[in-house]
Amino acid sequence: MAGFLKTEAGKGLALSAPASLYVGLLVAGPLGILVAYSFWTQTYVDIDKTLTWANYIEAASDPLVRHLMLRSIAIAGAVTLATVALAYPIAYFIAFRTQKKTLWLLLITIPFWSSYLLRVFSWKLILGFNGVMNSALLTTGVIDEPLTFLLYNEFAVVLTLAHAWAPFAILPIYVSLQKVDRALLEAATDLGCSKLERFLRVTLPLTIPGIIAASLIIFIPTVGDYVTPSLVGGSQGKMIANLIQVQFGPANNWPLGATLSLVAMASVGFVAILFVVTTTALGRRIR
Amino acid sequence: MKIVTRFPWLLVYAIAYLIFLYAPVLLLPLFSFNDGTIVAFPMKGFTLKWYAGLSGQETLLQAMVNSLIVGLVTATVATSLGLFAARAYVRYQFKGREVSEGLVMLPLVIPGIIVASSMLVLFLSMGLKPSLTTVILGHVFLALPFAVSIMKSAFDDFDQSLEEAAFDLGESVIGTFRRVTLPIVAPGIIASLLVTFTVSFDEFVLAFFLSGNQPTLPVYIWSQIRFPAKLPNTLALGSLLLLASVVLLLTAEYFRRRSTKSA
Repeated sequence: MAGFLKTEAGKGLALSAPASLYVGLLVAGPLGILVAYSFWTQTYVDIDKTLTWANYIEAASDPLVRHLMLRSIAIAGAVTLATVALAYPIAYFIAFRTQKKTLWLLLITIPFWSSYLLRVFSWKLILGFNGVMNSALLTTGVIDEPLTFLLYNEFAVVLTLAHAWAPFAILPIYVSLQKVDRALLEAATDLGCSKLERFLRVTLPLTIPGIIAASLIIFIPTVGDYVTPSLVGGSQGKMIANLIQVQFGPANNWPLGATLSLVAMASVGFVAILFVVTTTALGRRIR
Repeated sequence: MKIVTRFPWLLVYAIAYLIFLYAPVLLLPLFSFNDGTIVAFPMKGFTLKWYAGLSGQETLLQAMVNSLIVGLVTATVATSLGLFAARAYVRYQFKGREVSEGLVMLPLVIPGIIVASSMLVLFLSMGLKPSLTTVILGHVFLALPFAVSIMKSAFDDFDQSLEEAAFDLGESVIGTFRRVTLPIVAPGIIASLLVTFTVSFDEFVLAFFLSGNQPTLPVYIWSQIRFPAKLPNTLALGSLLLLASVVLLLTAEYFRRRSTKSA
């Protein structure tokens, strides 16, 4: 043993073990207990530890669960699409149209060095009925009546999250744009490609890895987001995380909460894999 | 020949996008000085009373102390774990290195609500009541990927011959680490401490589930958001928090750059 610790492999393992054990245990432990709970049931005050599929059957048959799950995935999809679409031109601008790359990258990341909770809270104040946006538009005379479609719906959730995730989309796309070989672009022009054609057939396909990375980084955590739907979602914008929180909090039905967490995780994984497979295939076809 | 100066659409878009990014962040401080209880235009006069009103609030002070304790312990533990792990990843080739490197990044991609709910269940079934300890355990988990990646880039530019030279000149393993390795990666360590502290200081969902009756600052703010009468005070508190985060992370960025440039 002492001899092994002197070797290259032994030292590496010994030094990295605390960190990987810590994460490993805190992934495996909670996940294991979540799986266990999902097969138990909540009686009035106690947990009935007889194994049963009851929670899964309830999760599958309850229309509210299905509705919130589908809505969470749809909202996360819309957030991903909006964030990536809004971020792509910025990443393109920084990669191709400016010399001050470091400055721009710093400028787009600074706002995100602040509390996520406070940024979402700020959007609530901006979009509210008596909020900043409405009062500004009323004072300047653009509108006569406050706009009511701004807050407490899916739109507010998508907008807030498209803001929250901005740098997570810009940075991976920027990195993939930086890697595009400039000679390929010249070649495309020499061979008679218009600017649009060149973008669609050379630049865009080459940046698909960046787009995939950005999409996954945004999509996966967004499905389980709790703060944004709670603060700006209203009843129309509630998501699966709100239901999970209710089970662990007020409803005090942990087994069902555990089941919902697992179902949410499985759905996210399924959609993510589907997305990677289709996007990769699509990228090959364009080329 | 006609010279066509192209209108810089992308630059205009980039500036509009920056406004979109900064507006919500600048809004809180702007209205925290507004002499009115609702957040709307037109603004009333300038006042500092919302800031003055923050002093002497017992629960706020306690939440602040809780957050500081959690942040400091989280930063120290996560940075220590990250320091050793990063050193192993950069310096040694070993079986399972890639698996281990992937594993420590995992906390970044698991939805927060799932981490929070599953940890709550685990800790309670282990007999650990929700408290600052459970929050710290959770925050170290969340902060570790940040510590590892900052420390990795610090070790990346580290010249190994310096260590070998120290060995050859008769230093012990610990002596070399303390007198050669540590001073060179020190800027990386400071950057990691600051970033992990801020991750913990700003974190809400995990603390919301795991803090029990010892709220951290974000959990305290969450409880205040519901009361419209307290809105201006919450704005003032939020502005101070924003300022603290940005200052801490700008400092971290400064040290991070120094750590990657020094080699």
